[in-house]
Amino acid sequence: MADGYGKIVTDGLWSNNQALVALLGLCPLLAVSNTLINGLGLGLATTAVLAMSNVSVSIIRNWVRPEIRLPVFVLIIASFVTTVELVMNAYFHGLYKVLGIFIPLIVTNCTIIGRAEAFASRNPVPRALVDGLSIGLGFTLVLMVLGGSRELIGQGTLFDGAHLMFGEAARGWRLTLGESYPGILLAILPPGAFMGLGTLIALKNIIDKRLRGPRPAVAGDVEPATA
Amino acid sequence: MNKLEISISSPHLSGPQSVTRVMALVLLALVPGTLALLWYFGWGVIINIALAVGSAVVAEAIVLRLRGRAVADTLLDLSAVVTGWLLALALPPLLPWWQTVLGSVFAIVIVKQLYGGIGFNPFNPAMAGYVLLLVSFPVTMTRWLAPEVITGQALSFADSLHIIFAGLPPAGQTWDVVSSATPLDLMRSELSQNHMISEIRSSPLWGDYGGRGWEWVGNWFLLGGLFLIWQRVISWRIPVAMLGSLLLVAGLFWAIDHETHPFPAFHLFSGGAILGAFFIATDPVSACTTPRGQLVYGALIGLFVFIIRTWGGYPDAVAFSVLLMNMAAPTIDYYTQPRIFGQRSGSDG
Repeated sequence: MADGYGKIVTDGLWSNNQALVALLGLCPLLAVSNTLINGLGLGLATTAVLAMSNVSVSIIRNWVRPEIRLPVFVLIIASFVTTVELVMNAYFHGLYKVLGIFIPLIVTNCTIIGRAEAFASRNPVPRALVDGLSIGLGFTLVLMVLGGSRELIGQGTLFDGAHLMFGEAARGWRLTLGESYPGILLAILPPGAFMGLGTLIALKNIIDKRLRGPRPAVAGDVEPATA
Repeated sequence: MNKLEISISSPHLSGPQSVTRVMALVLLALVPGTLALLWYFGWGVIINIALAVGSAVVAEAIVLRLRGRAVADTLLDLSAVVTGWLLALALPPLLPWWQTVLGSVFAIVIVKQLYGGIGFNPFNPAMAGYVLLLVSFPVTMTRWLAPEVITGQALSFADSLHIIFAGLPPAGQTWDVVSSATPLDLMRSELSQNHMISEIRSSPLWGDYGGRGWEWVGNWFLLGGLFLIWQRVISWRIPVAMLGSLLLVAGLFWAIDHETHPFPAFHLFSGGAILGAFFIATDPVSACTTPRGQLVYGALIGLFVFIIRTWGGYPDAVAFSVLLMNMAAPTIDYYTQPRIFGQRSGSDG
């Protein structure tokens, strides 16, 4: 339990990435990742909820009886989601309308209650905060990469709708692959989300394998001869 | 790695046919239908086949190499050639070249090899490639040529090549002039405007059973299909069940109202029904394997073809129906296991 903060951060961003390793929170991940900006928006909203709920759960962890902890966690998460929803409605109204039902649905994102139960309820506040932020950013990164690649393949643009998030000045950020790019519609449709996520998981596994390097040959580790 | 020694227990029937032989026979059986398509729709058909087969074989070789499998052995089983060929037959003759290549590569890499290669793919690769293209590029994928018997003019080989690679309509013409709706498409759009079938059929585009030209292509595929049944490459069950149920349902609706539902033969001789019944639904990997299961599987494909053609969002439905039933095939197989001799019915396991 005495892992350093560095471990918490790398766990959240990479080795225990909730989207690529735990495969949690797939519903919003698959549904909203059709453009980079949508992915970023939902990712940041989730990160905000995750950080605040982790901190609150950690604060009350010694006062809540284990029998009722789950309803309490859900109430905490729901109130933060409501807050985030109201804030987005007020300040990012365009994005709020695009993301629609998936903002209130953050309540049901398994990642959040999962971290509350598995980490925040057993750790002091600063550690819970770092965990919430890094898990949230890991989730956001996957959403952005998946959203960006689907947007690029599917409609040949990047940063489409950036003004919804960064104001009118960001309208010019939009990149296109040129007018003649026809757009492979499948990437935007739901099957594209599944294939994209599968590809990302495969890529992560390949990178992990490369990082680990060739497995050192250990005596007795030889494949048993088939009889 | 040592080759596995297989001792086959009784009954000592003649050994199974090799994959290469089966695939070669399928290719042979495709020749008449392919020639018919060539006759009616011009050189684009051949160029499509070359593109699709070429890219399928190259994609298969690359993936096999990446997976560390024997490349030459697997390529020689000809299954990639059959996949590319079937896909090409389903595509409009003047599809831009890169779309053909994309569909073919997707079929081989994603649908076949990522699931483990030949024998492990749950979906028919050619049809999955076709659906990818249909869903992604609705404009070019529904841009069929009118059969040459109607237009009376044929595109030269060089013209077809130019159109496919440049993606532009023939010089001095627009796509609207060259292309024409498929009979299924035409029927669908006319019916949606509340036209009577007798009116629709008076159009010069119509022959005896379906669109002029179109209606005869199916016969040549039928010939190839019968050859495959005779050679015992495929069983009669899936094609008969599929075409039978399509005829039955179509006949039923036609009997109720023959001005808003096309006559059954139209369903049979339009679109991919015959090609699908003999060459695609019978794919030995993704279809059902038990005798009763094959009947159920084929019949449901026929039913889905009718449902999707009549009430669905796309004019033809063979690809979607086959993929849907591919998904159901393991379950159907599970419930139609033949009883072991001597086992009482109802006993579990």
